[in-house]
Amino acid sequence: MKFTKLTALAVTTALVAPAAIAQEMTIVSWGGAYTKSQKNAYHDPYSAKSGVTIINDDSSAEAVAKLRAMNEAGNVTWDVVDVVAADAIRLCDEGLAMEIDPDTMLAPAPDGTSAADDFGDLLVSDCFIPQIVYSTTFGYRTDLVGDTAPTSVCAVFDTDAYPGKRSLEKRPINNMEWALICDGVAKDDVYDVLATPEGQDKALAKLDTIKDDVIWWSAGADTPQLLADGEIVMGSTYNGRLFSVIEEQKQPVAMLWDAQVFDLDGWIIPAGLSDERKKQALDYIMFATDTQRLADQAKWISYGPARASSAPLVGKHAELGIDMAPHMPTDPNNAQNTFLYNYEFWADYRDDIDGKFQAWLAK
Amino acid sequence: MAALTPISRKPMSLVLPTVAAAGGLLGLFVGTANDSGFLGIVIGAAIVTALAALYIFALKNEQMSKWISILIFLALGFFVGGIPAAILGALAGWFFHWFTYWMYEGRYRQRLLPYLTPSQVLWHYGFRVICGAIFVFLITPILVVIPLSFNSQDFFTYTPEMLRFDPAGYSLKHYQDFFTNNEWQRSFKNSLIIAPIATVISVSLGTLAAIGLSQSHVPGRRAIMAIMISPMIVPLIISATGMFFFYSSIGNWMEGTLGLSKNFVGYVKVVLAHAVLGIPFVIITVTATLVGFDRSLTRAAANMGANPVTTFFRVQMPLILPGVISGGLFAFITSFDEVVVVLFVGSASQKTLPWQMFTGLREQISPTILAVATILVVISIALLTTVELLRRRSERLRGMSPG
Repeated sequence: MKFTKLTALAVTTALVAPAAIAQEMTIVSWGGAYTKSQKNAYHDPYSAKSGVTIINDDSSAEAVAKLRAMNEAGNVTWDVVDVVAADAIRLCDEGLAMEIDPDTMLAPAPDGTSAADDFGDLLVSDCFIPQIVYSTTFGYRTDLVGDTAPTSVCAVFDTDAYPGKRSLEKRPINNMEWALICDGVAKDDVYDVLATPEGQDKALAKLDTIKDDVIWWSAGADTPQLLADGEIVMGSTYNGRLFSVIEEQKQPVAMLWDAQVFDLDGWIIPAGLSDERKKQALDYIMFATDTQRLADQAKWISYGPARASSAPLVGKHAELGIDMAPHMPTDPNNAQNTFLYNYEFWADYRDDIDGKFQAWLAK
Repeated sequence: MAALTPISRKPMSLVLPTVAAAGGLLGLFVGTANDSGFLGIVIGAAIVTALAALYIFALKNEQMSKWISILIFLALGFFVGGIPAAILGALAGWFFHWFTYWMYEGRYRQRLLPYLTPSQVLWHYGFRVICGAIFVFLITPILVVIPLSFNSQDFFTYTPEMLRFDPAGYSLKHYQDFFTNNEWQRSFKNSLIIAPIATVISVSLGTLAAIGLSQSHVPGRRAIMAIMISPMIVPLIISATGMFFFYSSIGNWMEGTLGLSKNFVGYVKVVLAHAVLGIPFVIITVTATLVGFDRSLTRAAANMGANPVTTFFRVQMPLILPGVISGGLFAFITSFDEVVVVLFVGSASQKTLPWQMFTGLREQISPTILAVATILVVISIALLTTVELLRRRSERLRGMSPG
C-alpha cells in the first residue's frame, strides 16, 4: 500500500512540477551566426528584462510548410518566427500569420517618428515586421583567382579567366537575373525579359554555359564551407556568412559586391495563438524591433538594420572591434550596383520558372 | 592450419604484372588526390615494377632492399605531401617490398593446401581483399570525423596545419563548445531523458507482447504480430506525419482537458512516439529468445505453487534476459538516433541531440557536430563493451559457456 502511495505522490509531483517552470517562448530562426546575433541583441536582454526563457528553434527554412501543418493540426508551438519577406507575404495571404498594426504594436523611433514611417517602404506585408536588409552576393578565394581579382558579377560566367568550380543556390531566384545581366540585358529590363518564355530560355542558356562547373547549394552554410575548403573559386551566399568567413574565420576570401541582390528578413507572429501567448509575442516584438535593438544586432552580424533611425547607431563589431558600417550591404561603396529582389514578379512567376529551372537542372 | 606447402620462385611474367597492378591501385589514389587518376595509375605501376625488378635482379638481398624500399617511398611521400604522406609512404614502401617477395618467392602458397588450383588460390586471397575492403568502407567514414573534431578552424576541413601535425592546427574548442553551449547541453539532456524512458516503455510492452504472441492459443497472432512490427517496415517519414497529427490531438486534449503543462505534454508525445518505434525491435529479439525457452518450466513452477507473476520474474525473465537486453539496446539506440519523428512530433523544448546535429549540419556546418559524434562513438563502444562483459560474467557465474 505504501508503495502505491509513494508512486502516486511521485506521479503527481512529476505532473505538477513542470507547470511551475517560468514562462517560455519558442522563437524560430535560421540558426548559425544569425541566431547568435539575435540571441545577443534581442533574446538575452529580453530574458533579463522579463524573465521569459527563450527557446531557439532553427527551422525557418521550412517555416511555411510547418506552420501550415501546425495550423491544420490546431497545435501551433511557435511564438515568433523569422522569415524572409517573400515567405511572410505567402503566410499573410494564407492567413497563417497575424496582421500587425505598426502604430500600436511597434515602438516609435527615439525622435518620435512613427514606426510606419521609420520602416517606410520595407513594410512589404501587413503581417511582416522587417528586421534586416541582407544581400545575396558572391565571395571569391583571393588565392585562386590569379592576378586580376574579379570586379564584376560576370566573372562567375567567365570560366576562361576564372577556371574552377563556383557555387550557386539551387533555385532560379537571383541566378536567372545574374545570367541575363551577363548576357547583355540592361538591368532595368531584366524582369521584362524574364517574364517571357524566350527570356527564361535565354537565362537558362547562359547558365548552361557554366552548368558543369557549378556546385548547387541549398543551405547558407554550404558556400562558406566550400570556400574554406578551396573547393570552389567563387560562390554566392548571404553577405553576413561571407563576413564571418572573412573577418571571423580569417579565410583568404573577398567580397564581390557587384550586382548584389537586396532582400528583407523579419518577424511574423503565427495566427491562432492563445491570447496570453499573443500578448507575450507582441511584447517581445515591441522590444526587439525598436531602434536601439536593431542597431545592436549589427554589432554581431553584417546585416543592415531595417529602421532608418537605426543606421546612425551602427557601431563596431562586439568581439572584433572593427567598424561595421563598411561591411553593410547598404554602405555606399558596396551598393554601387545593386538589385532589389522583385517580390511581385517572383510571386507571379515563381511556380513556372521553378518548374523550368528544376527540369533544366535534371537534364 | 594447413600443412606446409613446399614453395618455389615464381616466373617474372606473373610477379611483375601483379606487383604493377598493386602499384597502379596506390597510384590511382595518389593521382586522384593530385587531379589525374590515370597518370597516377601509370606512374604508380611503373615505379613499383621498376623497384621490384631492382630488388630481384640487382640487389638480391631481402633485408637491404627492404630498407631501400622504405626510404624511397618515404622520400616520395615527403615530396608529394609532407610529413604525413612520408609516414604513409614508408608504410607503402614496406608493403610493396613485402608484397614483391611474397609473390616472387611464392610465399602466398605456403599456408594453403598443396592441391589447390591457381584460381582457388586467387579466390582465397581475393575473398580476403573483398572482406578487407568492406571493412574499410564501413569504418573509414567513422574514423575520418575523429581527427576533424579536433580542428582549430570552424570548418570540416583538413587544414594544412593539421596535415603537418602542427599543434596550432588542433584544438579542443569544439568539445568546449559542446560542454558549454546551452543548445547542445539542453538537447543532450533531452536525449538522456527521452531515450531511457522510451526504452523502458518499449521493453515492458514489447516483452509482454512477445510472450503473449508466443502462446499458441492466441487467435490471429500472426496478424497482430504484423501490425505490431509495422512501425519498423513503414517508411519513417510516413509514420512521422501520421504521428504528428495523431499526437497533436492527444496533446491538445491533455493540455486543454487535463490542464497539463505544454512542456510536459511535449515530452510525453515524443516518449510515446519513440516507444512505438522501439517496440518492434524488442518483440523480434524476445520472440527469437522465446523459441529456445522450455515451456515445461512454467508448468513446473505453477505445479509448485508459484503464481504467474512470480513465475515470470523468477523463472522466465532470467532465461530470456539476453533477448530483452539486446531488444532494449536496439530500442534505446532507435530513440537516441531518431531525427525524423522528433522533428515532427516534438517542439523546440524537446530538441534532441540528433535534431540539434541535423539543424547544425544544415545551418552552420560546425565541427561541434563532429566532436559530439566522436563522444557518441566512444559512449556507444563503452556501452556495448560493458553489456557484453556483464553478459559473459553472468554466464560464467551461472556456469554456462559464453556464446
